[in-house]
Amino acid sequence: MLELDHLLIRQDDFSLAADWQLAQGQKLAILGPSGGGKTTLLSAIAGFVALSQGRIRVDGIDITDLPPARRPVSILFQEHNLFAHLDVAQNVGLGLRPNLRLSRAEHDRIAEALTEVGLTGFQSRRPASLSGGQRQRVALARALLRNKPVLMLDEPFAALGPALKAEMLDLVKRIVGLNETTLLMVTHDPGDARRIADQISFVADGNAAAPEPTEALFNAPPPALAAYLGNPT
Amino acid sequence: MAARAQQIGPSGFAGFGVALLLAALSLGTLAVVGLNAEGLFSLGPADWAALRFTVSQAVVSAILSVGLAIPLARALARRRFVGRRLLVLLLGAPFILPVVVAILGLLAVYGRSGILSDVLVGIGYRPLEIYGFDGVVLAHVFFNLPLVTRLLLQGWQAVPAEQFRLAAQLGIDGHNFTRHLEWPILRAVLPGAFVTVFLLCVTSFAVALTLGGGPRATTLELAIYQAFRFDFDLGRAALLAVMQFALCAVAAVLAWKTGRTSEFSPGIERLAERWDGRSWFASIGDGIMIVMVALFLLVPTVMVIVNGLHGLATLPASIIPAAMRSILVALGSALLTLWLAVMLALAIARQEPQNPRVSGLLEGVGYLSIAASPMVIGTGLFLLLFPHIDPARLALPITALVNAAMSLPFALRALLPAVRQARQDYGALADSLGMTGLSGFRLAIWPRIRPAAGFATGLAAALSMGDLGVIALFADADGPTLPLLMYRLMGAYQMQAAAGAGLLLLVLSLGLFWVFDREGRHDAGA
Repeated sequence: MLELDHLLIRQDDFSLAADWQLAQGQKLAILGPSGGGKTTLLSAIAGFVALSQGRIRVDGIDITDLPPARRPVSILFQEHNLFAHLDVAQNVGLGLRPNLRLSRAEHDRIAEALTEVGLTGFQSRRPASLSGGQRQRVALARALLRNKPVLMLDEPFAALGPALKAEMLDLVKRIVGLNETTLLMVTHDPGDARRIADQISFVADGNAAAPEPTEALFNAPPPALAAYLGNPT
Repeated sequence: MAARAQQIGPSGFAGFGVALLLAALSLGTLAVVGLNAEGLFSLGPADWAALRFTVSQAVVSAILSVGLAIPLARALARRRFVGRRLLVLLLGAPFILPVVVAILGLLAVYGRSGILSDVLVGIGYRPLEIYGFDGVVLAHVFFNLPLVTRLLLQGWQAVPAEQFRLAAQLGIDGHNFTRHLEWPILRAVLPGAFVTVFLLCVTSFAVALTLGGGPRATTLELAIYQAFRFDFDLGRAALLAVMQFALCAVAAVLAWKTGRTSEFSPGIERLAERWDGRSWFASIGDGIMIVMVALFLLVPTVMVIVNGLHGLATLPASIIPAAMRSILVALGSALLTLWLAVMLALAIARQEPQNPRVSGLLEGVGYLSIAASPMVIGTGLFLLLFPHIDPARLALPITALVNAAMSLPFALRALLPAVRQARQDYGALADSLGMTGLSGFRLAIWPRIRPAAGFATGLAAALSMGDLGVIALFADADGPTLPLLMYRLMGAYQMQAAAGAGLLLLVLSLGLFWVFDREGRHDAGA
């Protein structure tokens, strides 16, 4: 269970409020216009942005004051998820040990995770030699190994073509299904939300709305969401 | 004519003309000095001592500057504190601070009768001895530590914010953070930074003139000056100049080979937040580093201002004409630098797509004067002019010209990225609209490079304003610029008056930089 308890973020003349909960294993799409605060919300949960008010709890434990490394979350950014000077195995291995002193057994787990994301045998490749989709697969493998209760995606597939994006979303769906991970996914594309999300939070005008079931919301969107979506679907 | 019609900007020949002029100034003058020499192969032990001193002080200065800049840059990058932006901004100041002024400040702190010596004497120790190797290195670190720190901060600026966040989430800290986040940038920036400092220290003249001297603390540049001014021994001057040029050329090639050199850009706009070093141990270390360096840089500057205010009343009347001469030289030199840099940058950017070799050669010529010695350029020009006219009468124009040549590498570094970008963004559009020649330049290029041009011009003006180099070679007793007058006051132990002149020089140098830089940014529209 992820709880955002009267959360308020203020940065200069920007502010964002959220006050809702999300049950374990739910898949939430965060939808809304640019600059609305979607990324800021993820950054706050991950510990990169300080709260002005409110608390964040995961499974009842208050994580508001924990440093990023001690929070039970993994995040994938749109890019720069890998270190260019490390190979694929090392980039995944960072999720197990930041000092990269990896045991035999840990190397086996890395191999398994890579197989899980469809990159069997890619251990010694460098990020520069991978395609955009492959790089995000490596990052997903690392998130899989870290096995945190919450996985957050900050539009990591936005630069991919439609077919590849659908493939990646299906992969994410499978991976979060393995450990019943709670998923928060920022997107611009209602199609992404339909494909993977159980629930949707619409972020606009300084507020992240409480999640509502995907189908119900799309069938009867409130005015702000309807305006954002454009043509009624 | 068809080819001309596709070009943007003033005639393409100007850029090549500029390159020829620069090559003639750097290399031609060296040849002139060499041809006038007699008994070429006669290096004495003093000359070898000068070479040894030049190299050793430059190496030690570079090691100290780089070694201290790493922890300082790290501390500035990962701590948030009041005044941080100001401190980072101030790190840019030593570069345009007149050398004599900084030395006056350093003397006020570390000199025999400086505040530190007073404290030492008060507790029963001997006063500090700043003249010689230690003083030269101290002054060079004072100038170059901030420079390297800024280069490192610019390097780390290139690390995407996501990577710091990623490191924070994965718990990468301590030496693992250094290894994965800092080292890749350090490896790219440090060699170039090291060699840049080395070069600046090898060619440094005013520091050696004021704090060095004597058989044990003479740089090659100072030895050239002495060989020419005191002994009129052209053979020795030429040979020393060749040694210096070779030394600089080797270093410059090394710098070029060791990969990426950072752009010499004005701003450090935004430093991504970092989460490493949150332990109290690291926090205290960073705090000590920041406070120490802030004191190291600020106390001498404050001393210049305080002593200068006291000294203003004792200034001789000759200060006014000296200041006017300096302003004139600085303005002439700055505008000349701007013109040279723009012509050269346009030619480089224009040749780049079709003739990368020509373009590279032009750029290389632009940086040539880093390795050249202003003393040699001055001596060469002196020899050329001597038969026809009294060189002292041309002291000011020659100073402006040599200053412009010496400022050009920095101006080019600042301008070239902007010119490249402008051509890349608008070159094709301007060509297709038929915007050629001067109007094409004015409408398509100039607005885009104006901020960089303002910064470069300001830099050149400040460097020229504070320069104590060629002018010492040429000026006679009654035509000094402000830095030279100040140096003469120091030499006559009129320290109060020197301090007053120092304050005036400081205000004029920083003021000129500020005016040009602001003019560049003003109404830039972006």
